[in-house]
Amino acid sequence: MSLNAVPPRLELRGITKRYPSVVANQAIDLVVQPGEIHALLGENGAGKSTLMKIVYGVVKPDTGSIFWNGQAVQIRSPAQARALGIGMVFQHFSLFDTLTVAQNIALALDQKQDMQALSARITEVSNRYGLPLEPDRLVHLLSVGERQRVEIVRCLLQEPQLLIMDEPTSVLTPQAVRKLFETLRRLAAEGCSILYISHKLDEIRELCHTATVLRGGKVTGTANPQLESSKSLAELMIGKELPAYQRASTRAVGEPRLVINELSRATTDPFGTSLEQVQLSVHAGEIVGIAGVSGNGQQELLYALSGEQPGQRAEVLIKGQEAGQLDAAGRRSLGLRFVPEERLGRGAVPEMSLELNALLTGYSSSLAQKGWIQYAKIREFSKACIERFNVKAAGSQAAAKSLSGGNVQKYIVGRELMLNPEVLVIAQPTWGVDVGAASFIRQTLLDLSQSGVAVLVISEELDELFEICDRIAVMAGGQLSAAKPVVETSIEEIGLLMGGTHANHASQQRAA
Amino acid sequence: MLRLEPRPAPSRLMVYLSPLLAMALMLVVGMVVFTILGQPPLKAFHAFFIEPINDWYGFGELLIKSSPLALIALGLAVGFRANIWNIGAEGQLIMGAIAAGGVALWLYETTSAWILLPLMFIAGALGGMFWASIPAFLRTRFNTSEILVSLMLVYVANLVLSWLIHGPWRDPDGYGFPQSKLFESSAILPIMLEGTRVHAGIFITVLALLAAGIFFRWSLIAFQMRVAGLAPKAALYAGFKQKKMVWLGLLAGGAAAGLAGTAEVAGPIGQLLIPISPGYGFAAIIVAFVGRLHPVGIVLASLLMALLYLGGESAQMQLALPAAVSGVFQGMLLFFLLATDVLIQFKLRWVPKASAGAV
Repeated sequence: MSLNAVPPRLELRGITKRYPSVVANQAIDLVVQPGEIHALLGENGAGKSTLMKIVYGVVKPDTGSIFWNGQAVQIRSPAQARALGIGMVFQHFSLFDTLTVAQNIALALDQKQDMQALSARITEVSNRYGLPLEPDRLVHLLSVGERQRVEIVRCLLQEPQLLIMDEPTSVLTPQAVRKLFETLRRLAAEGCSILYISHKLDEIRELCHTATVLRGGKVTGTANPQLESSKSLAELMIGKELPAYQRASTRAVGEPRLVINELSRATTDPFGTSLEQVQLSVHAGEIVGIAGVSGNGQQELLYALSGEQPGQRAEVLIKGQEAGQLDAAGRRSLGLRFVPEERLGRGAVPEMSLELNALLTGYSSSLAQKGWIQYAKIREFSKACIERFNVKAAGSQAAAKSLSGGNVQKYIVGRELMLNPEVLVIAQPTWGVDVGAASFIRQTLLDLSQSGVAVLVISEELDELFEICDRIAVMAGGQLSAAKPVVETSIEEIGLLMGGTHANHASQQRAA
Repeated sequence: MLRLEPRPAPSRLMVYLSPLLAMALMLVVGMVVFTILGQPPLKAFHAFFIEPINDWYGFGELLIKSSPLALIALGLAVGFRANIWNIGAEGQLIMGAIAAGGVALWLYETTSAWILLPLMFIAGALGGMFWASIPAFLRTRFNTSEILVSLMLVYVANLVLSWLIHGPWRDPDGYGFPQSKLFESSAILPIMLEGTRVHAGIFITVLALLAAGIFFRWSLIAFQMRVAGLAPKAALYAGFKQKKMVWLGLLAGGAAAGLAGTAEVAGPIGQLLIPISPGYGFAAIIVAFVGRLHPVGIVLASLLMALLYLGGESAQMQLALPAAVSGVFQGMLLFFLLATDVLIQFKLRWVPKASAGAV
């Protein structure tokens, strides 16, 4: 191939980075050719982020060398990486809500800018790559997809030769993903290399030319994703076969266990979303999913459902009883269990041991008696939870914050399930959880609904919702669409609902 | 240059080392202060820290002063663990003393100490709790800051005491001095250690120490309050009763301060006058934090703080230094503790200038 005549855009040789408790990268070799879209694939904790931070000059490797267009280089800082022509779009945006698009971009550039010229360049570049942006709009008025465009355009202004994208699609609607892919393909055609970090196998198979798979800090394989199946890629990634989901073909759906009745609520957060007339019922034995791009009222709905922000009596019914005015403890005594999106600091106390974290929501069952803590019982409970849900921890005395995000999630899910739910509300059940654990959690939810529990799942991952749910509703702009049976809808239809209402809102705001 | 770097996990060692480090810094800076004041530092050090406790009587004085400090700090720790900031223990102490003193004056003819003293302690605890219930009510009803309310009530309590001893409760045979009658012996706590002024009030502190130890370790509500202090969102998620915690946190501090006030008027003072306390209610806040809100730590910290009080008195007498020296040392201790606590989450690292500039 003619590609071999020119030196690779980026070459890593034997990169190793050790942290006090873990080897994040061990003897990593990686070659990215000019104009190549190269996937970096791996579970959480496989070392993808550390490797990218090394390339972007945030972290210094212990050993190993980096070649840039054939020249050995040492990348000491992000500024130096940018000077070389490396751009990075982070998973979590670092934008200031109260500044305009152009101001945000000016802040991120290394040299002082003439604002008018910059605005003109932003418009020019954003149009050239099909990423329309208005330089004078305030960032908090932008949708998540538009915010990502700001980050991408910021990188493109520096005419990068290598663009690193960290899980770019996790916050986008399916339609926005299509558009992003078009942009990335055009960039690659112009000779820009792209390092694409993701764990979404379908996307990688569709977009990328080469995939390097990491597991446990080491490269376990390099593959052409277009020739592999999602299954074979997943196996490279986790090192074993993925179990298939077991679900019964027929399911008996019982009485409504959780009913949300014309729930409207004005938000107190200036950047929050008010809920408008939300209506939903979840029956015993079914899983209902709420899809939607985050920030469309999911947080507000969860606070209203869990009882962390109680409201009017009739807004929420649990097992037919009015529960809208009850606090979280009151609703728990009616059989509601809740797994929040924020694990540390809300679902668990970071500084406390797993044992005491069992007591956090288990105090009303036998873990405490007459106001006294039963230490023997909480130890037994948390050991059982660790074992049953395969939580990797240094024992039941380990502090919650010493666990990885996925293991904290397994522990919290396990704790709530062991407390015998009749209604379970769970937000982002597998967010940040590795593929193996995610499939375990999904199977657990299926089993739970099988046993007659009413389950409500709020998730940004459409694939996940389609895998486990019986019905799906979409949250957009604080409104909830009617829940449709999964068999009567499609990812495309749900995607349109996710984007549609929000686009209307944005255009209304623009008109106002 | 020195740089602070976050630790991967908070250092357990530093949790215990930090108060000692703060003490050492206090001593070093204290020496500098003495030198500036024209005192030979070693002589001043001896006068401040050794002289007060080099005899049996001095040791007794140390216990007398540390007892109310530890008692109040234990009560305050209940609330502090849940981020409920009662900083008006001084006022609650005064109200407790007024209530207990009121009982002693009202039942002046009672000759049985077995009846009178328990009544005084009950009244004292209720008096302190009453004063703490005002910020608790305002916080739970109107979401008023308990910090401001409890602090401002200190001055109100002082004025109430002042009015009482200038007016209705003034000793008619006291040559017009603003103080009450001296209590009868049935209202005075017995001396426990021969040759000292150590009185039976110390048992109250020992009981409070045991109670606090059991409460913090085994009670569900103490666990819930700790959660509310460490992760308020988790407490909300778990559905803990916020109002109950505010009430308990403030009332525990109020009761402890009221008991301490009672032990003062029924102990070394023996009547109502101004001042009842040399700022025990405020110093106990420092004791609680230096003691890491832990019962044993609080006892050790109270001994240290008592020594600072005695040292101040001794420095006043021997070196003719102003009494404010005690306050300077107490303030320095808290100040350095706040600074050294940074080392629990961060470590200091020496970074050569050149590479520091490149980052």
